[in-house]
Amino acid sequence: MDEHLATFLRGAYEMEQAPIISFKHVSKVYSNGTVGLKDIDFSIPKGQFLVVVGLSGSGKSTLMRTINRMHEVTEGEVYVENEAVSAYKGRSLRTLRRRIGMIFQNFNLINRSSVEKNVLSGRVSYYPTWKSVMGLFSAEDKQKVVTSLNRVNMAEKIYARADELSGGQQQRVAIARTLMQDPKIILADEPIASLDPLTTKTVMDILKRLNQEDGLTVIVNLHSVELAREYADRIVGLRAGELVYDEPISAVTEADLNKIYQAI
Amino acid sequence: MTNANLPRRSWIQRWHVKGFGWTALMVLLLIGSSKMTDVNVGMFFSNLDQFADLIVRMSNPTWDYLSVIIQPLIETIQMAILGTTIGTIFAIPFALMAAGNLVHNKFLRGFDRLVLDLVRTLPDLLLAAIFVAIFGIGSTAGVITLAIFSFGMISKLFYEVIETIDMGPLEAMESVGASKITIIWYAVLPQIMNQFVSYFLYTLEINVRASTVLGYLGAGGIGVYLQRSLNEFNYGATAVIILATIVVVLIIDGISNHLRRVLL
Ligand SMILES: Nc1ncnc2c1ncn2[C@@H]1O[C@H](COP(=O)(O)OP(=O)(O)O)[C@@H](O)[C@H]1O
Ligand SMILES: [Mg+2]
Repeated sequence: MDEHLATFLRGAYEMEQAPIISFKHVSKVYSNGTVGLKDIDFSIPKGQFLVVVGLSGSGKSTLMRTINRMHEVTEGEVYVENEAVSAYKGRSLRTLRRRIGMIFQNFNLINRSSVEKNVLSGRVSYYPTWKSVMGLFSAEDKQKVVTSLNRVNMAEKIYARADELSGGQQQRVAIARTLMQDPKIILADEPIASLDPLTTKTVMDILKRLNQEDGLTVIVNLHSVELAREYADRIVGLRAGELVYDEPISAVTEADLNKIYQAI
Repeated sequence: MTNANLPRRSWIQRWHVKGFGWTALMVLLLIGSSKMTDVNVGMFFSNLDQFADLIVRMSNPTWDYLSVIIQPLIETIQMAILGTTIGTIFAIPFALMAAGNLVHNKFLRGFDRLVLDLVRTLPDLLLAAIFVAIFGIGSTAGVITLAIFSFGMISKLFYEVIETIDMGPLEAMESVGASKITIIWYAVLPQIMNQFVSYFLYTLEINVRASTVLGYLGAGGIGVYLQRSLNEFNYGATAVIILATIVVVLIIDGISNHLRRVLL
């Protein structure tokens, strides 16, 4: 085989394997003294579907929010695409956040606003503030709202008010809002904790599709061990702010997972 | 059925000591303060005949006078609208800065609230007197007085509303990379708009009533005519002014009450 081609292929392979997110000895102590994270040190390769499990209060939300700098770390460093996130400030911090979509347990839509406005609001970081405020979005971006809503099967609700929708529908709109960012990473913090089993599957399937079809790196905090096993490529477990478990899905056993959920 | 498992109430709870204590204290304070200020309740009743005399003299409204006071009545309403609007425009940034959930800088917030508290302690009649002295008799003094009064009142009402909003949408907007102003526009304003308009109308109601009195000090509007008619012992005209003012105030209150009901 041609030597150049081999080098190229190896490079491509390594790039594929290059971590999109890495935690380097990250610790977080809240100002009231609570330990949120303790010496977290691991990497997430591009395109992975990672599920984070752990008891309530184990630090899952905190871990997630250090990636888009919604929380500051007190020690160590988080890298996104090989850039230390602590280096971002002001405008550049907003462009970091734009690359990282976030989905919440409570959907966090603006209840009194239309679905369309909610979805458009995911695009504001591409506009100067005055244009966002005046609602001066381009025709392409208005079309993008329809495309995004179509991907979550919610286009027919575009003119409905957000608070008229069911929980599952609201979460799908929230995903459409995230798609407007053109993110490379999606962080989902217990996205199905307020949903019934049927809508749970819909939402998890959408996240899986974004992972497989668009190659997005998806990180989901979950309470349910069964769901974790069904959707994850890899499962990490937290307990009291420490990473106590990290296995690819092929190596995960029921006994392992039960251990994570045992009290100390 | 048995209540044996309930804890026993303490004697303070059983005999409603607190309720009786506060009532007794209030009665004592009332009696004490009327003694100290020489308020003579008896005089109110013994002078009722003078009141009756005034009513008799006003019972012949000179309806022709109506055409004279239409213009000042409109001016009164305009003063109230202008004053309330100017006050509100200045109140919005101060209210945003005073809200603990938006501004985490304790010093800035504390300073802002101190300013607002000081503004609210200024009596509006005193302000009117000062501004009449500065700007002369006319509606300018009235508008400025009402603007300052509205500013103090609305900023407090507004920041208390802001502090009750759902913070979820703000977190979501922060995570998409929105700037501070965009976050306020998209996630804060829709949540508070209805209550803002409602408080604006409420303040407007108060200002229409207040501006009739302010005019009495020379600050423009119908009050100027009220004072003039009383000075000239033209009680027929006084009667027309009072009746017309009551009608206008009732209409404004009615409209504003209706709008507020529709909004909330
Ligand atoms: N803003 C905060 N201030 C202080 N302590 C916090 C704060 N947020 C979370 N914590 C604490 O940090 C720990 C981890 O919380 P969290 O990351 O929310 O856990 P999880 O998402 O796994 O339930 C908990 O003990 C929690 O009480
Ligand atoms: Mg959590």
